[in-house]
Amino acid sequence: MKTDNTNKNKYSLVCGLEIHAELKTNSKLFCGCKNDPFGAEKPNIYTCPTCLGMPGGSPVANKKAIEWTIKVGLALGCKINLFSKFDRKNYFYPDLPKSYQISQYDLPFCYDGVLETSFGPVGITRIHLEEDTGKLLHKTIEKVNSAGREAGLGHGKQVSLIDFNRSSVPLMEIVTEPDIHSAEQAKEYAKEIRKILKYLDVADCDMDQGGMRLEANISLAPIDKNNPSSKLSKLPNYKVEVKNINSFRFMEQAIDFEMGRQAEILNDGKVPTQETRGWNSVKSITFSQRTKEDSEDYRYFPDPDLPPIRYSRENIEAMRAELPELPAQKSKRWATEYGVEERYSKQLISHEIFANWLEESFKICVKEKIEPNKFAGALINKNIRVSHVMSSIIAVEEFKKLSQTDEVADDEIISVITDVISQNNDAVIKFKSGDTKVIGFFIGQTMRKLGKKVDNKKLGELLLNELKK
Amino acid sequence: MSNKITTAQIKHIADLASIPISEKEENSLRDAFEETLDVISELQSVDVTGVEPTHQVTGFENVLREDIVNEENMFSQADALKNSKHTYDGYFVVPRIIDEK
Repeated sequence: MKTDNTNKNKYSLVCGLEIHAELKTNSKLFCGCKNDPFGAEKPNIYTCPTCLGMPGGSPVANKKAIEWTIKVGLALGCKINLFSKFDRKNYFYPDLPKSYQISQYDLPFCYDGVLETSFGPVGITRIHLEEDTGKLLHKTIEKVNSAGREAGLGHGKQVSLIDFNRSSVPLMEIVTEPDIHSAEQAKEYAKEIRKILKYLDVADCDMDQGGMRLEANISLAPIDKNNPSSKLSKLPNYKVEVKNINSFRFMEQAIDFEMGRQAEILNDGKVPTQETRGWNSVKSITFSQRTKEDSEDYRYFPDPDLPPIRYSRENIEAMRAELPELPAQKSKRWATEYGVEERYSKQLISHEIFANWLEESFKICVKEKIEPNKFAGALINKNIRVSHVMSSIIAVEEFKKLSQTDEVADDEIISVITDVISQNNDAVIKFKSGDTKVIGFFIGQTMRKLGKKVDNKKLGELLLNELKK
Repeated sequence: MSNKITTAQIKHIADLASIPISEKEENSLRDAFEETLDVISELQSVDVTGVEPTHQVTGFENVLREDIVNEENMFSQADALKNSKHTYDGYFVVPRIIDEK
C-alpha cells in the first residue's frame, strides 16, 4: 500500500526519529565488564553483580561514554547541560535485571542541535545516555539436557532465553523534532547520523546486530489547499510510533506504509489510534503491538547510586576544540580547495584516518598537476586499488600509470576503428537501433587491437564519428 | 486523616509494583498509604524559603571511572547462572514473554 498522488497532495508527513546506538567503549556503562556483546563466544560471560542487578551491585559511570555522548552532541550543534544526572526508569521486563533502566530524564547531556539534510534542517531535541538491556531469544526447547538444573523444562516448551552480555552496554539515544517530511529525508538523516558516529569512531552502528536501532514517530497533517507551501501551524493530535526497524530501507518502507494507512483512516474522517506498531519485514507492513491499558508510568527519579555530573564551560570548549572536521564540512571544503565533487567525497569519507589519507593524496595530486577529482573518481570506480596503509605517493603513482596515454596519431586510431566496425556488424546494428551501451564494447576492442593506451574521451569521440558515418 | 486513597489508586500502584494483592491487603494498604501521605503533608508545612532543591545529600559530583575492563570482577558463565531456577545452553530461561507476529 503506497500513498497515491491524491493523498500526497492532501497530507504532509510529520515525522520524528529516535536513533539508538551502542557506544564501542571497552567496558560497560556502569561496571567494568567487557563491552563486546556481538563478539562474545558464549552467552552470559561478561557479567558481574552490577549488570546482573544483584544486591550489592554498585554502578559507577564510564567517563569515556559520557565524553563521547557530549562529543556527538557538539558535532550535531547541540547545547550541553553543564549539570546533568542519571535517572531510574522503572518497568518490569525479563531483559532488565534491576527492574529499572538507568537513563536520563530531564537533564540529558545534550539538547537543541540540528543536522542539515538536502530536504531542510532536522532539529535534534536531545541526546542522552542510557544502559542497554539484555538480549532475548525466543525459542522452543527441543532437547532437554539431563542435567538436573534444566529439569524444569519439558520437550516443546516455549520459552524466552536471556543473555546479559549486552546488559548495561552504553546506549546513546538521539531524538529529533518532528521536522522530517518524507521517507527519503528520514533515510538521509539516519544515514548521516550513522556516518558521523562512525567517523567520530564512537559506535560501529551495525544494524543487523542491533548496534543501531531506528524508531519513527509518524503522523499526517492536512495540507492547506489555499496555501500548500505554508508551514504547518500545529502538529497532528496523534502519533504512531513504529519500532523494531533495523535497516534504512525498512524505515523508508515503514514510513511509506504508515502514510498510506493513516491517509485512509483520515479520509474516512477518523483519527488513527495513538499506538506503538512493529514492522514486519516479511509482509512489509506495520502491525499493532499489544498496548497496556494504562498509559506508561515509568516513575523516573534521580538514581541515588550515581552522583550528578558537572562540567565547566572550559571542559566543554576543550572537547569542542578536539572535534575533527566532520564529513559534510570536509566535502564542502574539498570541493572548493581541490575541485573534488561532493558525490565522490561523500562516498569516500568513511573514517577519519582514511579521510586524512585522501587529503594527503589530493595534495600530492595538486603538486603533480593531476586533477584530484579524477583521482577520486578512479578510487570510486575501483580503477586503482588502494588503501590507507599504502602511502599516498604510491597511490598517486598508480593513478598516473593508469591514466598515462601514448601519443598516437588520429589516422592510426581511425584505421583500427574502421577495422573493428567492419568486423562487428551485430554491434553496429545494435548501436544504430539506439543501444548506446555497445560503445564500451567498441572502445575495448579498439584499445586491444591498437595495443596502446589512448585517452578514453578522444577515442570515444572518434568512434562516434565513424559509427555515425 | 486528611488524605484519601481510592481503590483504583491502590490497584494501580500494586500493578506498577507487579505485586498481586488481596482485598484484605488492599484495606490495610489504604491505611498505610494515607498515613504516609499525612506525614508528607506535614513536611509540606515546613518553610523552605531560600533552600536549594536537591536530590542527594552526599554532595558528591563526578564520581566516574576510566574505561577499563575489570576481568577480575566478571563472573564465569557458571557463576552467573548459579542462582537461576532454569537455564538452557548458557542462557537464563523465563516463560515465553512475547507473541511474535
